[in-house]
Amino acid sequence: MTILEVRNASKAFGGIHALNDCSISVEAGKITGLIGPNGSGKTTLFNVITGYEKVDAGEVHYDGRTITNATPNKVFAMGIGRTFQLTRIFPRLSVLENMHVSAQRHSLRGLLGGWSRSNERQRALELLEFVGIAALKDAQAGNLSYGQKKLLEFAFILIAEPKVILLDEPAGGVNPTMINHLQSRIQELNKQGITFLIVEHNMEFIMQLCDTVTVMHRGTKIAEGTPANVRQNPAVLEAYLGD
Amino acid sequence: MITARKYGKPVGLLALLGVAIAFPLVFSDPTYTTIAVFALIFASAASGWNIFAGYTGYIALGHAAYFGIGAYALAIICQRYNIPGGWEPIYLIPLCGLIAGVFAIPLGAIALRTRRHTFIVVTIATFFIVQLMAFNLRGLTNGSTGLDMPIPFQWGAGYQGGNQSIYNLPFYFTALALTIVALAVSWFIRHSKYGLGLLAIRDDEDRARGLGVRTGSSKLSAFVISAIFAGMAGALFAYFIGSVQPQFDFDPLFDLSIALMTFLGGIGTRAGPILGALVLEFAQQWLTLYFTQDGLYLILYGVLFLVVILLLPRGVIPSLQELWAKGRARGRIGPLVLPVKTPVMSAGTTSPPTATRMTGQAGETAHEEVPR
Repeated sequence: MTILEVRNASKAFGGIHALNDCSISVEAGKITGLIGPNGSGKTTLFNVITGYEKVDAGEVHYDGRTITNATPNKVFAMGIGRTFQLTRIFPRLSVLENMHVSAQRHSLRGLLGGWSRSNERQRALELLEFVGIAALKDAQAGNLSYGQKKLLEFAFILIAEPKVILLDEPAGGVNPTMINHLQSRIQELNKQGITFLIVEHNMEFIMQLCDTVTVMHRGTKIAEGTPANVRQNPAVLEAYLGD
Repeated sequence: MITARKYGKPVGLLALLGVAIAFPLVFSDPTYTTIAVFALIFASAASGWNIFAGYTGYIALGHAAYFGIGAYALAIICQRYNIPGGWEPIYLIPLCGLIAGVFAIPLGAIALRTRRHTFIVVTIATFFIVQLMAFNLRGLTNGSTGLDMPIPFQWGAGYQGGNQSIYNLPFYFTALALTIVALAVSWFIRHSKYGLGLLAIRDDEDRARGLGVRTGSSKLSAFVISAIFAGMAGALFAYFIGSVQPQFDFDPLFDLSIALMTFLGGIGTRAGPILGALVLEFAQQWLTLYFTQDGLYLILYGVLFLVVILLLPRGVIPSLQELWAKGRARGRIGPLVLPVKTPVMSAGTTSPPTATRMTGQAGETAHEEVPR
């Protein structure tokens, strides 16, 4: 079953076509990899799905609904969480406070209530434990290492219980130990039924983790299939190695 | 040790409150109590301003508009309804704050369409528009002549002469009450989810919005809350001075003062604006009294501004906290924030928390395992 689908999306910045009639689909419960050379439109595609950019043409469907050009908060509330290539955490808040920001409540009572007690704190601590940075819960988030920030961003996405998680280069600039750790966390969550769409340049990471891989080049999809298949696809080799 | 930390804070705060209450009774010289009234009025305004500017990071420099609206609201109400003076105008101060808050809704909504430098410029512009209206809507404001306030307390024998040490007391305690309310609201907001949203806006507004923080309504409501405190401060100020005039109640220096006070004490902290206001206002009044030169404090402001920016960019309170933390860390082994290595985990050692665990049986696990 397809849970997330982009149909014929186009997006131009001035004369540059970041997305050019691009269509991809993501199967529910699977881990899908999204690869492609630099500038092939992967991050733009993420931005379009999560509402950070509006498409010039095309549609985005999620879980039977149309979410084309929905606002980021709506997309997030519907169950699509994402991390950013350059992590976006709240640097002057503590690690635990970061966790509470994304677990928003909208009733007046919820807003005016304290956030440091309650079930929510319990869950925040559990998730920090799960990603492995619970010992840093009181540290200022801006003082974390690059890899720890990525884990924190990952954890505070999880607190909102998304159905689909979009990760933008989760392994970029992270040491191999932490990559393995991250990989195990993703697999664990996937077992529970969370769907992943992952942009990554680390091929080993993608090949080990993903059920299917989609390849983009010049703003559109050029190949799709199992990791082994994609690796031998001539169009993919050409895109990476040049004409 | 633990009990000292647990009870230290409330006891300290109560002691401070005691000192604040005893102050005008001990130093009953009207010279001192007058300075103290001004200092507390500014402390409440700065603390209110900090709820918006400190928490959201939006530096608003047009709050003198709401200070002035509060002042004029009280003057106009007293005149229209022949309010005699005494305690009644003081009871009307919250209403004047609300009136300022109502004005802040459309003005804030317009200004908050912009960010950063543009926002600052727009707030300054709204201030000058409101000041211009005070000068020119003569039917309402009596133009540049201004309006007189009712004479406050007959039993203090009036503003000139008589027993001024008694005269100042109601103002002192009203200003103290306003400051305590502002501090309490700051504390409450800082510990609420709403306040956490404001702090998230300060750090990365778009990201906060993407995570479901209602940025628009949060910013506007914080703006209005801070305007209400400015308005209440303005009303009390006007009643204390005895009259309202456009150039004194819509004074651009008001915004420079509360901003500088907040930056000096520590923007975004709860005690910072109050500390800054007490220090600066006492210094200003003392300089004026001592050198009988009215503008001298402006030079002090300039020098202090440079000192704060160069030496204490985050303000006195955060710098002290940092020193305190460093001092404590020296007693231990290693730095305060341990660079914890991410553990190498084999898949499945920790099972991820599930939805049922969150909603259902919170209270098990996790807590004990977390190293402190």
